[in-house]
Amino acid sequence: MIDFSSINSTIDSYLHSVLPAQVATLVECAIIAVCAIVAYLAFAIVMIFMERKVCAAFQCRLGPTRVGFWGLLQVFADVFKMLIKEIIDIKNSDWALYTLAPFLVIMSSIITFSCLPFDNGLQVLDFNIGVFFIMAASSFGVLGILLAGWSSNNKFAMIGAIRSGGQMISYELSMSLCILTLVVLSGTMQVSEIVEMQRGGWFIIRGHIPAVIAFIIYLIAGNAETNRAPFDLPEAESELTAGFHTEYSGMGFGFFYVAEFMNMFIIAGIASTLFLGGWTPFYIPGLEGFNEAMEWIPGFVWFLGKTLFVVWLLMWVRWTFPRLRIDQVLVLEWKYLVPIGLLNLLIMTVCVVMGWTL
Amino acid sequence: MDLVLLFTMIIASVLFVGVAMLITRWISPRTYNRFKGETYECGIPTQGSTWIHFRTGYYLFAILFLMFDIEAIFLFPWATIVQELGMKALVGVLFFLSFLILGLAYAWRKKALEWK
Repeated sequence: MIDFSSINSTIDSYLHSVLPAQVATLVECAIIAVCAIVAYLAFAIVMIFMERKVCAAFQCRLGPTRVGFWGLLQVFADVFKMLIKEIIDIKNSDWALYTLAPFLVIMSSIITFSCLPFDNGLQVLDFNIGVFFIMAASSFGVLGILLAGWSSNNKFAMIGAIRSGGQMISYELSMSLCILTLVVLSGTMQVSEIVEMQRGGWFIIRGHIPAVIAFIIYLIAGNAETNRAPFDLPEAESELTAGFHTEYSGMGFGFFYVAEFMNMFIIAGIASTLFLGGWTPFYIPGLEGFNEAMEWIPGFVWFLGKTLFVVWLLMWVRWTFPRLRIDQVLVLEWKYLVPIGLLNLLIMTVCVVMGWTL
Repeated sequence: MDLVLLFTMIIASVLFVGVAMLITRWISPRTYNRFKGETYECGIPTQGSTWIHFRTGYYLFAILFLMFDIEAIFLFPWATIVQELGMKALVGVLFFLSFLILGLAYAWRKKALEWK
């Protein structure tokens, strides 16, 4: 097992030995920021490539094959193409808000991304209110989407943005209820502690029935939060052209696109952190040799494996179900998921108080 | 240290978007014609402004959301100490949640959850 926290402290002490304290902190912050942004972009590229290949597999196609071996360079080509596209300044927009919108969306996405625990010590932000902070940071992405739709002064964009706002704030509720259920079980909100506690067994196993229900509701709500099919009303291409980013061209559109994919990764990452044990390996009690072998797989491989598995589940749903109507989306949330979520929270509390957890 | 990192990430994300936007402004081609900046609504000339009153259906859900979201904020500190409080926590939250469920039931009864 590689221990990243010891690597971190080695770098930290080295920098402090050669530089004055404040400069060393500055350099560390710069290194962390660059690493986080590069990781963010790298995962965005992985996600877009994976989406294309998985979608192709579900539709019995091959997906991109021309650019690079097995289409591996296709995404790089697309990013470059997007970078050299002209940015069209539209006449009737509210310029300031129109420019601000991608900043907000990307900011919310990057801050949430930096809360993900990739491995022991491989986590940028580790607050003691961890999951609560994640909820807060991820929820101001909806502001960017609303601003994008409003400021474009385009009917399609406006309808898309309002739909997106209504849907995202609604589903945020059942997401926070599911996370609450898990916080009741774990007794802490700090992400690293939650992961550490799952060494003795993943929460989806320890919390048995209520945890499984919470996991399923979380996946549904997370799918709706990322505005992907079957909840892709905000950008329903057959009705609204492109929804809230109709008027964005070039890189402005690219940022919304990247943020959407990365939000899916983040949702999957939080799901694997809270329910599937984050970077802790899978243990079977009693099988010493098996547990020993599992220890040898590095933590970030576990984390990425679980996360990409959840991502794959979300993609499977996306390419299987048809789009819902807005009234169906809201009824599903308010008449089914919220009551079930509240009830589930109570069941989990009873289980924890009575000691019925595994 | 955590707050410093948070500000670092905020600045980094702003720089990330800003620099990419500047680069694309710099290297992308620029042409101008009269119709380029028109609002894109399938080629038909735009009718009126978009900044009008919008349907209230969404507004109702936003109010309901506010109620439940604040409830979630109150529940988070409670959730961290359930294991220490034991039975007391369960009884206490039963009162709290029953009010909320009553509120949801009231909204349901008043047909606030219907899409009209």
